[in-house]
Amino acid sequence: MYKIVAKRKLNEAVTLMEVEAPYIAAKAKAGQFIIFRIDQYGERVPLTIADHDAEKGTVTIIFQAVGSSTKALSQLNEGDEILDFVGPLGNATEIEGYKNVCVIGGGVGCAIAYPSAKALHEAGAHVDMIAGFRNKDIVILEDEMRAVSDNLYVTTDDGSYGEKGFVTNKLQALIDAGNKYDLVIAIGPLPMMKFLSEVTRPYGIKTLVSLNPIMIDGTGMCGGCRVTVGGKIRFACVDGPDFDGHEVDFDELMRRNAYYKAQERESANHECRILKMGDAAKEE
Amino acid sequence: MANLSLTKIPMPEQKPEERIKNFQEVALGYTEEMAKEEATRCLNCKNRPCVSGCPVNVRIPDFIAQVAQGNFEEAYKIITATNCLPAVCGRVCTQESQCESKCVRGTKGESVGIGRLERFVADYHMAHAKDEEVKIEKNGHRVAVIGSGPSGLTCAGDLARLGYSVTIFEAFHKAGGVLVYGIPEFRLPKAIVQKEVDRLESLGVEMRTNFVIGKTLTVDELFAEGYEAIFIGSGAGLPSFMNIEGESLIGVYSANEYLTRVNLMKAYSDQYDTPIRHSKAVAVVGGGNVAMDAARTAKRLGAEKVYIVYRRSEEEMPARAEEVHHAKEEGIEFKCLNNPTRILGAENGEVRAIEVISMELGEPDASGRRKPIAIAGSEHEIEVDTVVMSIGTSPNPLIRSTTSGLDANARGCLVADAEMATSRPGVFAGGDAVTGAATVILAMGAGKTAASSIDKYIKEKNNG
Repeated sequence: MYKIVAKRKLNEAVTLMEVEAPYIAAKAKAGQFIIFRIDQYGERVPLTIADHDAEKGTVTIIFQAVGSSTKALSQLNEGDEILDFVGPLGNATEIEGYKNVCVIGGGVGCAIAYPSAKALHEAGAHVDMIAGFRNKDIVILEDEMRAVSDNLYVTTDDGSYGEKGFVTNKLQALIDAGNKYDLVIAIGPLPMMKFLSEVTRPYGIKTLVSLNPIMIDGTGMCGGCRVTVGGKIRFACVDGPDFDGHEVDFDELMRRNAYYKAQERESANHECRILKMGDAAKEE
Repeated sequence: MANLSLTKIPMPEQKPEERIKNFQEVALGYTEEMAKEEATRCLNCKNRPCVSGCPVNVRIPDFIAQVAQGNFEEAYKIITATNCLPAVCGRVCTQESQCESKCVRGTKGESVGIGRLERFVADYHMAHAKDEEVKIEKNGHRVAVIGSGPSGLTCAGDLARLGYSVTIFEAFHKAGGVLVYGIPEFRLPKAIVQKEVDRLESLGVEMRTNFVIGKTLTVDELFAEGYEAIFIGSGAGLPSFMNIEGESLIGVYSANEYLTRVNLMKAYSDQYDTPIRHSKAVAVVGGGNVAMDAARTAKRLGAEKVYIVYRRSEEEMPARAEEVHHAKEEGIEFKCLNNPTRILGAENGEVRAIEVISMELGEPDASGRRKPIAIAGSEHEIEVDTVVMSIGTSPNPLIRSTTSGLDANARGCLVADAEMATSRPGVFAGGDAVTGAATVILAMGAGKTAASSIDKYIKEKNNG
């Protein structure tokens, strides 16, 4: 059992939790993920590690309550326990050798973009961050992101906060203004990552995206998380989760992630996380 | 006077038309009377050929003699002296190619039903006896076992009995390895696996689930934590795909994923959140036991048509005859001598058919089996909405890629000698991690050998 030592609501649907998991906290690196299982009937759900504190032995997760497991998790409180919590899984985001980086988060994807920005910032890179949200009400982690970036640009689709527009427009504007990025990291809903990769493609800017396909074990055993990258089948759990955005077959992945859409619709207790993913972010 | 019947006492089974609607065990087990009668078929041969066919050397004629006399608990003691998982072995061991293949009775008629008797004894014990509290004097040495499948459980059990403090590290949330995620409930009830795991814990073995060695901790860190020797029994969990067109379509699974969703994650039960595709027609590609398990599972999940697509003929099929027989009884259709060429999708990205090419058998290949050769122009489609790839697995690279000095071969299997020692001092390995996908009993045999090698290694290290 893994104890929740802190809980904070970041907005109506997004929750931050610090979970006692000393072995994972000692090992975790930006970009890696954990898998949790809420109770004996729950699914194994992957969540990216948002932060970790080796000294306190805690791992921070930030998630949107969209599926039945994340909804149940959001109902737990400080002092409650999660049945299973395993990690750190996947490879760390590569941060070595980059000087000028733009890290982009979409919605709850900012929770995953944040640790990458933090790691790059600590490694001495110049970090610009673009954080996109639908509207003012769901803006999260603004102070945290500001603290680990040289410039933070917040955009909202409706203009209710920060700049009006999409993150793709902002990235284009920054490139047009003469910013020479040697790396772009894009984390958010699949369509967002797909279009951001298209923005950078003509300039040949290396673009990393963090993928979160359906998976069970997270150790390479089920193959459910396979994605086509550069024409080859890769397993997101062990070969990723970060991949070259210019090589990923996003359309195929969007179809695969919709795998169980029909079943989730059938179930009265389930709200479809995939449908939600399209507008807000992935279930992270 | 021995019972001279040429055939085994038949195993009571659920009727096919009933069992395809549930996930309960197919084979129901002998009654006491049946067991005693079957036991009298054993000739108690002096040279005991059956024992030499058992990777863990169960004293087969001895335990059968006790069964014949109705001393079932005595029989249990004899079996468990060398086999710590009798209820599992009695069900899933390939007896027909092991002990029973050596049985003298098998030269004319059927061999003695050794597996069935072993199962009976184990089940009788579980139902009637309370495990005596075993007092083991700890010897103060710690051993780490990676993986809680058949090799790890066996190795841990043997070491615990010798007085070692053993910790098993398991990546999943539940112990048992392939016994819980791979083999279906209808062949091996999970409650039985749990009882065997509980028994190990009662011997003092510590079980640490949710622990991925290579990620959460490395082999080097285990040594740093004070473990004096390490056994790697991490299995062969990496699924193979055919690398044909259409394998990423919706509705294509690896057998590992399909079976894990159903067995470990219990997708067949409404109580659990795990989703699984509701299929009408399923093609399972492959001819091994895992393919049979996947096909029979698909049937139980409600598929109207389930096909086994296999590129050789039924004669070359690696699956146990019993599994093939059960699958056929349950209405699984065998499309042998057909090799998939691509998987075809509908516009929505879901599987609509599998295209196969007909094969014929040529000369024997390296495996000794006749090589299948494609018949040009014979491609045809089989209409299915789900495809399960069951063409084999290989060892996971997580451990070998994070452990220096640990040699592996070209197929990714760890290299271990006859004593199960790897190239790294103090690190032993066995089971599918070494052999590639094989059987439960071979893995158990390896775990057993490794336990005695580890015992020897630690004793020598501390005396020298």
